[in-house]
Amino acid sequence: MTIASSSPPSRLPLSGTEGARTEPGEDPSPDRSHGGDGRLAAVFIAPALIGFVVFLLWPTLRGIYLSFTRFNLLTPAEWVGFANYDRMIHDPVFWDSLKVTVEYVVINIGVQTVSALAIAVLLQRLTQSPVLRGIVLTPYLMSNVVAGLVWLWILDNQLGIGNEIIAGLGFDRIPFLADETWAVPTIALINVWRHVGYTALLLFAGLMAIPNDMYEAAKVDGASEWRMFWRITMPLLRPVLAVVLIMTVIGSFQVFDTVAVTTGGGPANATNVLQFYIYQSAFGRFQFGYASAMSVALLVVLSAITVLQYRLTRAGHTDLG
Amino acid sequence: MAAVTTTTTTTRIRPTRRRALSPGRVLAWTAMGAIVLVTLLPFYWILRTALSTNSGLAAHASDPLPVDPTGTGFARALGLESTKDAIAQGGAGGGLKFWRYLLNSVIVSTLVTGCQIFFSAMAAYAFARLRWRGRDRVFALFLAGLMVPTIFTLLPNFVLIKELGLIDNLLGIALPTMFMTPFAVFFLRQFFMNVPREVEEAALLDGAGKVRIFFRVLLPMASAPVLTLAVLTYITSWNDYFWPLMVSYSDSSRVLTVALAIFRAQTPQSGVDWSGLMAATLIAALPMLVLFGFFARRIVSTISFTGIK
Repeated sequence: MTIASSSPPSRLPLSGTEGARTEPGEDPSPDRSHGGDGRLAAVFIAPALIGFVVFLLWPTLRGIYLSFTRFNLLTPAEWVGFANYDRMIHDPVFWDSLKVTVEYVVINIGVQTVSALAIAVLLQRLTQSPVLRGIVLTPYLMSNVVAGLVWLWILDNQLGIGNEIIAGLGFDRIPFLADETWAVPTIALINVWRHVGYTALLLFAGLMAIPNDMYEAAKVDGASEWRMFWRITMPLLRPVLAVVLIMTVIGSFQVFDTVAVTTGGGPANATNVLQFYIYQSAFGRFQFGYASAMSVALLVVLSAITVLQYRLTRAGHTDLG
Repeated sequence: MAAVTTTTTTTRIRPTRRRALSPGRVLAWTAMGAIVLVTLLPFYWILRTALSTNSGLAAHASDPLPVDPTGTGFARALGLESTKDAIAQGGAGGGLKFWRYLLNSVIVSTLVTGCQIFFSAMAAYAFARLRWRGRDRVFALFLAGLMVPTIFTLLPNFVLIKELGLIDNLLGIALPTMFMTPFAVFFLRQFFMNVPREVEEAALLDGAGKVRIFFRVLLPMASAPVLTLAVLTYITSWNDYFWPLMVSYSDSSRVLTVALAIFRAQTPQSGVDWSGLMAATLIAALPMLVLFGFFARRIVSTISFTGIK
């Protein structure tokens, strides 16, 4: 699609000189004549490889190393073996924050997946208007900070329009972000608002791969939209849905921004998600070793989820033909 | 769109579906309307609040229009109002160097997007089109990098940036994502792999070297995916909060997202400066809305048809 839209490359102005060499001063290597591009590849790959090694590979290894040390940034890291992990296992705040994180992820992913699926199906079956698709994506353009602040205002206990409507309908005002029961679901829903359009578009991409004649044939047989959804859409979308789920679950485990601007972990640690606890341990108490150990725990959890979901996806492949 | 459907003879179902207004379709359209409303209403509410005065907001909380329409919220957000006036309006007394933060955000996002896409495209070309020893093994390593969640590398990267003496420096904010992301390399490699080999061979026959082929043939051909990737990278970088929060300590390197959160923290706990805060929020979000406005159609269709992450 994209290839067809650009001009035919053969007509591009290329230098006509035979065997023009673009890298000055390079010896013609025998490597080259046999189809190898070793030197050129080394030049082309160098910046990305440096970035990869310095800011991804090395930090990963170092993060694991730091989790076995006591480290406060000021003095050199001191090897303490499994002390950080031992502390973590006996730290009730850690377990609480893990619980809060899981609660957040379950609500966030549950609501987001169902809503995104509904939006995607509406976009496919009702109207394929690109304008509507664009509108649905707009919250994604906001930062988590902006989204958090806007909803903090809308849901404000006294002046927020959300609570004004609730009060107008004759119900009690809800202290959405100031109440221990409401805070986590509220934050989860704020992030659903920001991300659901993006997820819906990913699912829409999957829906577009389903041939339209399947729906037309079903329609001739008198199938209802509801029946078509369960008999055609759901089975054929399953692999795409699984991949999107893996991505969004991993993304939502990393919640931090919204918590930081709305509740700051409160009330009474009710929204103290693991990320926030890690951040506080590192930058509030300068316990980089302990914070690293918790990061490793998070990494292990995420890897396990990825592997598990990947397996489930594969298992689902058979009945899709 | 309508013209297309009427001229084609193959669409038998569409016209009948259009006319039939079954209860199900009414319900579906109602749901669609509700979705659009929930999506867009907060944007209107930002604008309405930003144009109101704080005292007006307290008196008429549910008024759908701006209360006592005024621009002082924007003036405060932009730091154009005197400290005395700002405090009288319920704003923060501290100076808000808005333009500095805006510039910082622009510098970081431009640096990250420009370099990351360029270097990733070069690497993607090397992985897709050049033959060299160990290529597949190095690529597998990059792919494994996709699995490492960003959160995991943040703390060690902070330590590294500190050792490099780049704390509170814009370069320190940009560096970790400036060279590549595994995803960008992966995404562009997919594109280069799909370019027919004849294209390259034709250029080779014309006497072009591989470097020239990359810059003059393949990169221009990839302009559509590159542009989409660039806009999405720009948005992600602009909206990033966690990493800049870790690295920047003063106005010199503070980006808009961090400044916004601080602006919120600075306002008095008893009466938050909602008007000023929403004005600042709107100004912070505006550049991305404009950027999206320019490229919306292309981005939406790229995501819709390729499922780009």
